Amino acid sequence: MEFGFTTAAYVVAAVLFILSLGGLSNQESAKRAVWYGIVGMALAVFATLVGPGSGLWLLSILLIVGGGLIGQYVAQRVQMTEMPQLVAAMHSLVGLAAVFVGFNAHFEIGNVAQVMAIADTAKEADLSDLGAFAKLIAKKTSAELAILHVELFLGIFIGAITFTGSVVAYGKLAGKVTSAATKLPGGHALNAGAAALSFICLIWYTNSGGFFPLFLMTLAALFIGYHLIMGIGGADMPVVVSMLNSYSGWAAAAIGFSLGNDLLIVVGALVGSSGAILSYIMCKAMNRHFVSVILGGFGGPQGAQMEVEGEQVAIDADGVAAALNDADSIIIIPGYGMAVAQAQQSVSELVRKLRAKGKEVRFAIHPVAGRLPGHMNVLLAEAKVPYDIVLEMDEINEDFPDTDVAIVIGSNDIVNPAAQEDPNSPIAGMPVLECWKAKQVFVSKRGQGTGYSGIENPLFFKENTRMFYGDAKASLDKLLPMID
Amino acid sequence: MKIGTPKEIFDGENRVAMTPDSARQLQKLGYECLIEKGAGAAAGFSDALYKEAGVEVVKTAASLWKAADIVAKVRQPTETELKRLTKGKTLISFFNPAGNEEGMELAKSKGANVIAMEMVPRISRAQKMDALSSMANIAGYRAVIEAGNNFGRFFTGQVTAAGKVPPAKVLIVGAGVAGLAAIGTSTSLGAITYAFDVRPEVAEQVESMGAEFVYLDFEEEQQDGAATGGYASVQSEEFRNAQLAKFRELAPEMDIVITTALIPNRPAPKLWLEDMVKSMKPGSVIVDLAAERGGNVEGTVPDEKVITSNGVTIIGYTDFPSRMAAQSSSLYATNIRHMMTDLTPDKDGKVNHDMEDDVIRGATVTYEGEITFPPPPPKVQAIAAQTKPEVKELTPEEKKAQELAAFKAQTKQQFTLLGVGGALMLLVGLVAPASFMQHFIVFVLAIFVGFQVIWNVSHSLHTPLMAITNAISSIIIVGALMQIGSGSFMVILLAALSVFMAGINIFGGFLVTRRMLAMFQKS
Repeated sequence: MEFGFTTAAYVVAAVLFILSLGGLSNQESAKRAVWYGIVGMALAVFATLVGPGSGLWLLSILLIVGGGLIGQYVAQRVQMTEMPQLVAAMHSLVGLAAVFVGFNAHFEIGNVAQVMAIADTAKEADLSDLGAFAKLIAKKTSAELAILHVELFLGIFIGAITFTGSVVAYGKLAGKVTSAATKLPGGHALNAGAAALSFICLIWYTNSGGFFPLFLMTLAALFIGYHLIMGIGGADMPVVVSMLNSYSGWAAAAIGFSLGNDLLIVVGALVGSSGAILSYIMCKAMNRHFVSVILGGFGGPQGAQMEVEGEQVAIDADGVAAALNDADSIIIIPGYGMAVAQAQQSVSELVRKLRAKGKEVRFAIHPVAGRLPGHMNVLLAEAKVPYDIVLEMDEINEDFPDTDVAIVIGSNDIVNPAAQEDPNSPIAGMPVLECWKAKQVFVSKRGQGTGYSGIENPLFFKENTRMFYGDAKASLDKLLPMID
Repeated sequence: MKIGTPKEIFDGENRVAMTPDSARQLQKLGYECLIEKGAGAAAGFSDALYKEAGVEVVKTAASLWKAADIVAKVRQPTETELKRLTKGKTLISFFNPAGNEEGMELAKSKGANVIAMEMVPRISRAQKMDALSSMANIAGYRAVIEAGNNFGRFFTGQVTAAGKVPPAKVLIVGAGVAGLAAIGTSTSLGAITYAFDVRPEVAEQVESMGAEFVYLDFEEEQQDGAATGGYASVQSEEFRNAQLAKFRELAPEMDIVITTALIPNRPAPKLWLEDMVKSMKPGSVIVDLAAERGGNVEGTVPDEKVITSNGVTIIGYTDFPSRMAAQSSSLYATNIRHMMTDLTPDKDGKVNHDMEDDVIRGATVTYEGEITFPPPPPKVQAIAAQTKPEVKELTPEEKKAQELAAFKAQTKQQFTLLGVGGALMLLVGLVAPASFMQHFIVFVLAIFVGFQVIWNVSHSLHTPLMAITNAISSIIIVGALMQIGSGSFMVILLAALSVFMAGINIFGGFLVTRRMLAMFQKS
């Protein structure tokens, strides 16, 4: 190999990346794992610069440093509640980069063909000023070139979907685009049409090698990305974000194929499978099929839903404080509402006070709470809630009957007993936190409306449930001085 | 329309069905309120207070019955009162429809609509108008107070300079609303409280009030209160014997016994027999809240206090709520007011007697010249029936067979997957050139490694995982760096942009991950 050193460095980088992901299995080793990732990335970039990428060193480094400064600024300034937006925005960058790199590969093929045509025979001298990638292309047979076409086509296709999809997801998460599921007239037929058009372009492109079909496909893919994510509602965002994460990985892998770069392939596959697993976990937590999430929106109610009997009984801060002062064991169930109200600090303060009195306080986190996988954990960690009292649904669900008080802060569907009791409910069968089994439940909620999914929540009408209306942060701040 | 409340004519009845407070609320619903002169006096509400609340004070009962479209009262109406009803008038009151055939006939013949407060179904939505519960609550409280009044010692145990005082032992039979209220009062006075009920599911409620639940040694499946609308029902002979044996055992120790056992539409069951009364210590007190229906205790005389030959006081008063008229009037008036709220959905001062509504239908005993008692069963059960799903115990053989079948299915699935995957791979290999296959192998292996690694990632670290995969997916920078050396301007521009964006991502991704992970702290 010409670049023996580079290849060796890539192997090391790939191993470091795998270790870096593997290290996330617990909180302590994770702190080390980030460093593996950083070192791996540094090694990969360095090896590429000294190896196959030996051109425009200064420009490259300047660009990396410039981008790095922006990245650093963003990373330090971002609020933890804004993590979903940030992640989505970063996905869009990867997607766009993949599109650009794919286009470049296409231009290079054209350039090489030109040079070869002029020089009649493939002389190394003529190609030397075209760079390493061009040399690689020059050696390819026609069958390999056809495969190359397919690869870079796929890379651009996935990259373009990731780009617009992530931009829309960013808009929805940041509240700049309505989070309701909206579709253009024609719905999924439009997406199918665009996909069919892309497929035709693929055949056209492999046969002709021209730029136009590639460009047309890019437009179609950009449209698919936009329209697909527009059609998915706010509460499905955890799935969407992890799905886009997966796509950005597959785009990198496809580009890796077209560039013949194993490191890109390995990392792309790692990221792709990681995103795929996350999407799977999220879908399972909502008891929904991946396809139905992608196709967007909750289906209409299948048959009559159970009538909810009773009425929502409100309670004021005094009542909640009295109950908390009497309780021995408390479980808090945070949801997106806590993030919206920025109430995590108040929650943390409440927990600190209650724990100081020797009460057992724990958190129950549903896998899809929030707008990003693991969103709640990060928010609570930011507010300095120790992670060993933050438990997953499966770990804590059985403990509710022995719990004195369960506090639901800004979550709705994930604590909806209809999922278990009403076979006609749109969320029937979805695993939920069984907080109604606690002796008393307090629900902190802004008003009487239904949640995102528009499903009436029988929990609010249960006899042991009291509604603590108001903005989560304001309510908790009112509550805090009364805990003694 | 006008709502009127007459003075109760039953002897010794102090309650009144409308208070100044409830009248204000009723006026908000659009009604005009009338009250008979002196109706609230016994409960501590003077005519002046009513006037202040905007209520018209009417001199005589006759003119009140004439003027009011809706009459709200407490006690079961007498014949004279019923005769004053006319077509279209609504009467809201306790009515005892099961034992008041003539009353219903009379109301029917007059064409009046009668809502019987004791018929309000026991469902969550109707709790706010459940007058039986609010009166029972008062009765339970007052029973303990009456017992204390007739009991010569403290409730709570004390060690004083003048000697040690043992705490009183109180047994409450029947843990319905009255029973629970009695338990609460008794424990808060400091007595050691025991409670018994035929419905084992109330044990938790009893214990939550601070009393000890008396369990029976009884094998047979005890009845589920949910099946009977939350009320007790008749017991089997064996059960009754076990119950009496337990009481016999407890009787000598108890200082105060309060019985509240009632079965709907039946005489009260005799639970505290003569021999038990005899075995109690002198000075002990029994309060029989079931006296009106014949009493749970042998020797109860309704409306009277008797002292047995061995010095046990048996209190058989039936007017406990009336003895606390101010409290019970305000609760009852509130129940009536809630009933009116449900009857006036539009808040326009017009009654909308909706016979489709479970609660209103259930409580109505005569409607437009028809007797509508007994009502059909409500559509909603009082307490969600607790079904006990039968978990079948599997024999070891069955378990083994199941495991084997699961294993076989899994093997089959894996083989199919591998087979299909392998075949596809071979197909690709047939057409694709070798250089592609080399990369493809790397790709497939990387996916495998990815799946193995990611499954182990802790759920709480999913957000950092996304951030870090984001950072490393910027490995695409490598591709851009390879192209940036190319001669073409377009390629350099696009590659440069890619490098720049990937640079943002790498630094942003890693730094934000580090920031997040640093936050996770152990307690």
